[in-house]
Amino acid sequence: MNMAGVEAPSLRHSVANLKAPGFLWDRAASARFTDLDRGTSLGPGISLAGRLADLAGRSVLLATTCQLTTALALIELDAIARRLVILPPDVEAEHLGAVIAAAEVDAAVIDDGTAAAPGLALPVRVGCAPSIVPMDEALPARVATEWLLMTSGTTGAPKLVVHDLSALTAAITAPSPADGAAIWGTFYDIRRYGGLQIFLRAVLGGACLVLSSAGEPVGDHLARLAQHGVTHLSGTPSQWRRALISPAIRGIAPRYVRLSGEIADQAILDGLRAAFPRATIGHAYASTEAGVAFDVNDGLAGFPAGYVGAIRDGVEMKVVDGSLRIRSSRTASRYAGGEPKLADADGFVDTGDIVERRGDRYYFAGRNGGIINIGGLKVHPEEIEAVINRHPQVRMSLVRRKQSPITGSIVVAEIVLKSDQQRTGARQIELKDDILKLCREALPRHKVPAAISFVPAINVAATGKLLRRQG
Amino acid sequence: MSVKLTIIEQMEQIAREHGKILAPLKEDLVLADCGLDSLGFAVLVARLEDSLGIDPFTAAEDAFFPVTLGEFVKVYEHGGR
Repeated sequence: MNMAGVEAPSLRHSVANLKAPGFLWDRAASARFTDLDRGTSLGPGISLAGRLADLAGRSVLLATTCQLTTALALIELDAIARRLVILPPDVEAEHLGAVIAAAEVDAAVIDDGTAAAPGLALPVRVGCAPSIVPMDEALPARVATEWLLMTSGTTGAPKLVVHDLSALTAAITAPSPADGAAIWGTFYDIRRYGGLQIFLRAVLGGACLVLSSAGEPVGDHLARLAQHGVTHLSGTPSQWRRALISPAIRGIAPRYVRLSGEIADQAILDGLRAAFPRATIGHAYASTEAGVAFDVNDGLAGFPAGYVGAIRDGVEMKVVDGSLRIRSSRTASRYAGGEPKLADADGFVDTGDIVERRGDRYYFAGRNGGIINIGGLKVHPEEIEAVINRHPQVRMSLVRRKQSPITGSIVVAEIVLKSDQQRTGARQIELKDDILKLCREALPRHKVPAAISFVPAINVAATGKLLRRQG
Repeated sequence: MSVKLTIIEQMEQIAREHGKILAPLKEDLVLADCGLDSLGFAVLVARLEDSLGIDPFTAAEDAFFPVTLGEFVKVYEHGGR
């Protein structure tokens, strides 16, 4: 937490004070980011010869296509740009104009891959390359920088969430020297909140970071993680389920395994425990708006009921109408543009995540907006998936609404099995019956899927979350 | 397996799963009295779409639902109407 009047060090300054050199590894290139205290990756602009001074005080859109160049630009431009508007790769071109208007963007940082979108015709365009060259200009005057992140909602225009570096880093504690050198890896894209947390954790902790690459096969990514000797690895439960199917998972042995971004059910926690018997396995709860709320490291799904109503590490939680609300110094300050208020009058952010108390723990039931109505009875697809995922042959599942002429809606399940041979094998009817039996034992009748289909894969969005279609 | 037999097997299966007792499945049995409730029928229609490849009710432009078991079977035999 910052005391009034005391400025937190800029990212560039923090990096300059690191003792050991730190590296960022992408699929195609790498950079020693600790060299940035003496150098720059920002080269001549495309339409203007722009460098740090040209970006000083501006609202800068990071339209870089590779995560490595994005990472370097973030370190370089914190405390120099007025705003850093971080563009995730999956934002559709039609929303770009709205993003630029809402964030009052007047400059862009681009790289070799940036498409010549008409919306990017900005007064200042500066190229960014993964190579760091000696800097021959003085650092511009320091400004307070707003970090603008996009919400990970899958429909409609993204909302722009305004953070500052102290809120983004408030959950990060200094690594203990006993931990040794850390090599971080993440399945996330660092241009989303979950990935950005890992990027900041690695960079501020003086660690190295293996970045993910769009379109890279899971096996190739795992091989790169193995090659760099990853010690700390983070992803969504869906990304972990996909990784656990790959034989390349056997090449890595992280000391710390982290899940966030989706509900971590007991099946995935147990699966990771079996794969990495000596690792610390933790699941974190965070959202782009509310920030990081808590970590759970006891290997169990859900979180202790005592977290609600208490103030822990400056984070206060309450449950209103079943939905988790959070107030803390890690919360974003507001939405950019004309969006409604981010927090209520008391400063609590409604996460829209529904929790249910069972015994001395709270469990996540699903999203407030994702409820399926079956003849008047409400169902969260996530609670059904959690039951299906408990079956020993199941790797992952997706429960979705199907239109029904009788009850309006009904739930059906798509399931990826651990062994793909079973999908079409002789035992598949038996296996379907067995999974349905498990559902009937654990769930009320209306929550039992009307039909099950075995599929080779389930789509995971660029955000690392299961792609849930509306309809 | 005939369409009629598929439907009867599925009805028996769902009744077992839902802990319901079915009335004797005769042609003129009124569906509302057969023992399955609306959720049971919703599951039946979804499963028949899986095994027979059609959902004649959702595909239909106007809302209709047969009254007797015999009519219900006919709707599926005719692949719609």
